[in-house]
Amino acid sequence: MIKRIKVFSFFKLFFKEKGLIRSKKDKELIKLKQDINQIRKLIIDSVFKAGSGHPGGSLSAVELVYTLFDKFLKFDPDNPKWEDRDYFILSKGHAAPLLYTVLAYKKFFEIEELATLRKIGSRLQGHPDALKVPGVEVSTGSLGQGFGVAGGIALGLKISGKKNKVYALLGDGEIQEGSVWETAMACAHYKLSNICAIIDVNKFQIDGRVDDVMRVEPIDKKFEAFGWRSIRINGHDIKQVEDAYKWFLEYKGDKPSVIVADTVKGKGVSFMENKSEWHGKAPNENEYKAAKNEISKE
Amino acid sequence: MLRMASQRDYYGDKLIELGYKMPNLVVMDADLASSTKTVKFKNEFPERHFNLGIAEANLMLFAAGVSLTNKIVFVSSFSMFASGRAWEMIRNTIAHDRLNVKIVASHSGVAVGEDGYSHQATEDIAIIRAIPEMKVLSPADAIETQKIIEYIAYNKGPYYVRLTRETTPIFMHDYYSNNDFVEGKFIKISDGNDATIISTGSVTFFALEAVDILRKEGINVRLFNASSIKPIDKEEIIRSAKETGCILTIEDHNIIGGLGSAVTEVVSENYPVIVKRLGIPDVFGSSGKPKELFKLFGLTTDNIVSNIKYLIKNKK
Ligand SMILES: Cc1ncc(C[n+]2csc(CCOP(=O)(O)OP(=O)(O)O)c2C)c(N)n1
Repeated sequence: MIKRIKVFSFFKLFFKEKGLIRSKKDKELIKLKQDINQIRKLIIDSVFKAGSGHPGGSLSAVELVYTLFDKFLKFDPDNPKWEDRDYFILSKGHAAPLLYTVLAYKKFFEIEELATLRKIGSRLQGHPDALKVPGVEVSTGSLGQGFGVAGGIALGLKISGKKNKVYALLGDGEIQEGSVWETAMACAHYKLSNICAIIDVNKFQIDGRVDDVMRVEPIDKKFEAFGWRSIRINGHDIKQVEDAYKWFLEYKGDKPSVIVADTVKGKGVSFMENKSEWHGKAPNENEYKAAKNEISKE
Repeated sequence: MLRMASQRDYYGDKLIELGYKMPNLVVMDADLASSTKTVKFKNEFPERHFNLGIAEANLMLFAAGVSLTNKIVFVSSFSMFASGRAWEMIRNTIAHDRLNVKIVASHSGVAVGEDGYSHQATEDIAIIRAIPEMKVLSPADAIETQKIIEYIAYNKGPYYVRLTRETTPIFMHDYYSNNDFVEGKFIKISDGNDATIISTGSVTFFALEAVDILRKEGINVRLFNASSIKPIDKEEIIRSAKETGCILTIEDHNIIGGLGSAVTEVVSENYPVIVKRLGIPDVFGSSGKPKELFKLFGLTTDNIVSNIKYLIKNKK
C-alpha cells in the first residue's frame, strides 16, 4: 500500500514537471489569470465604446479587485443586500470600468451592459452610483469619501456584533486628501479590525508622478503611525495578493489592516503603462486594436 | 411670564427619549458634544455615542457608513462646520445616496454672539438648500425643536436642522399641544390681510411682538413660522402674495440664498409682489451680545414694524 502511494507520487511528480498534469491549485491559478486577462479586455472595450473614462487606474488594480471577489469576498449577486455579505467600496471611484466589469463578471448584471458605460440613460454612470447599480454599496467619485464611509460601515457592523468584513480600494494619489487621514485615525481609535484598506500604489496621478505632485511615501509607515498594521506587496503577483488577503482574514488583533500594493498604472497595455496621460482618456481605433491584441497575447 | 428654553438642551433631552424607543439610533459628534448637547445622550447611552474628534469631513462620512448598517444616525456640530467644512460630504455621499443621516447643527447665525464671524454660520441655509434631496428645517423655539427631531427620527432620508445657541422664548407650545410637525407647511401664527411676514428661527419671536404692536395700530399682519424652509410651503406663499400684496421675510442668515431668497423664488415665478428680506445684509458677523448684533442688522421688533409700514405704503 505504502509502496503504491510512493510510486504514484513519483509519477505525479514526473508528469507535473513535464507539465502534463496540473494540481487543482495550478488549474485555479490559470483560470484566475485568464479571468484577469478577460477583465482587462472588457475594461478596454467599455472605455473605448464610451469614448472616455479611466483606463490607467482601472488596469492597475485588476489583480487586487478580482482576486478579492473571486476568492475572499462574500456576496450574492441575486441578493446584493444580503445581510451577511462583505462590503467592497471603490473609494477611487474613477476606476468604475474595473468595478463594473468585475460585477458583471460575477453576475450582478449582464456583461453586455458594459457597452452602455457613460451613455445617457445607462445605469453605468461615469462614477459608481449606488442608487443604480447592484453591488455598489455607496456612490463614489469624490476621492477620499468612500474610505470614510467604509470606516463608518465597519463601525456600524462592529457595534451590531456582526462579522462581515469591509474592503476599500484607494489610489496613492487619493491618500493626499486630508479626510483620508481623519478616517485612518478614527478606524484605529475605534479598533476597527474588520476593515481592510487596499492602496493601489501605481505611482501616478493626473498631473504626473505622485512623488512629484505631492509625495505620500512611506505609505505603510504612515498608516502604521496612525495605528494600522500594514503589509507591502506586488499588486500584480496573484500569490502575494492572495496571501495579503489571508493575512487580513486570519488576524485576531484589534487594529485595522492596510495592504499597500505596488502596481503599474495602465498594466497590461505597454503604451499605457506608467503614463499619466492614460489616467483618463479613451483609446482611438488603432490604439484600441493594439491594446486588445497585446492583452490577448499575455 | 415668558418661558425661556434652549433648543439644544431640548434636543439633547429628546435624543435620550428617542434612544430608549429606538435601539438603532446612533449619535455622533466632533468634539462639541458638550455644546451641541449630544453629551446628554452620551451619558445615557455611551455605547451608541461616537466622538469623531475635530474632523467634520470624516464625521459625515462615518455617519453615512453607520447609517448603511441599518442605523439612524444623528450628527451634530456647529452649523459653521457641519455645513461648511463637510458640505461636499453631505452633497456627494449623504444627500445623493439618500442616507438616513440627520444633521442637527447648533450655533447658527449671528445669534452665536461673542465668538464672532468665524463661528456664525450665515450661509448654511443657502448652501444646504441648494443640494438635491436635502431638507432644511429651522425651529423657532425649543418646543418646536423637539417636534422636529421626533419627526425626522421617524422619517427616512437626510435632513439638516438648524438650531441656535441662545436660550430663547417659547411661543410654539399652544400650536404643538394639538399638532405634530408637518414637513413643507408653514405655521400660521397670526392672521391678517394688510401684509405677510414669513420668518424662521428664534427671531420669529420679534415678528410676533411686531404683529401685536401693529395690530394695536389697526394693521393686521399675517405671520408664518417657516420652520420648513425646504420643502417650502409654495401654496401659502402664493396665497399670501395674492391676499396681502406684500411680504417681509426674516431670518438670522445672509439675505442671499436663505429663506428670503426661497420665498422670492416662489413669489417671482407665480405672483410677483414686493418682498423685503430682513437678515444679515451680505456681510460677515462680528463679536457682541446677540441682542446687540440683532440690533446692528435690524433684526428687531421696531425695525420689523417700520418695514411692514413701508411695505404697505409701497405695495401695488
Ligand atoms: C476630491 C477629488 N479631487 C479631485 C478629483 C479629480 N481626480 C480624479 S482621479 C484623480 C487622480 C487620482 O489619482 P490616484 O488616486 O493615484 O488614482 P489612480 O492613479 O489609481 O487612478 C483626481 C485628482 C476627484 N475625483 N476627487
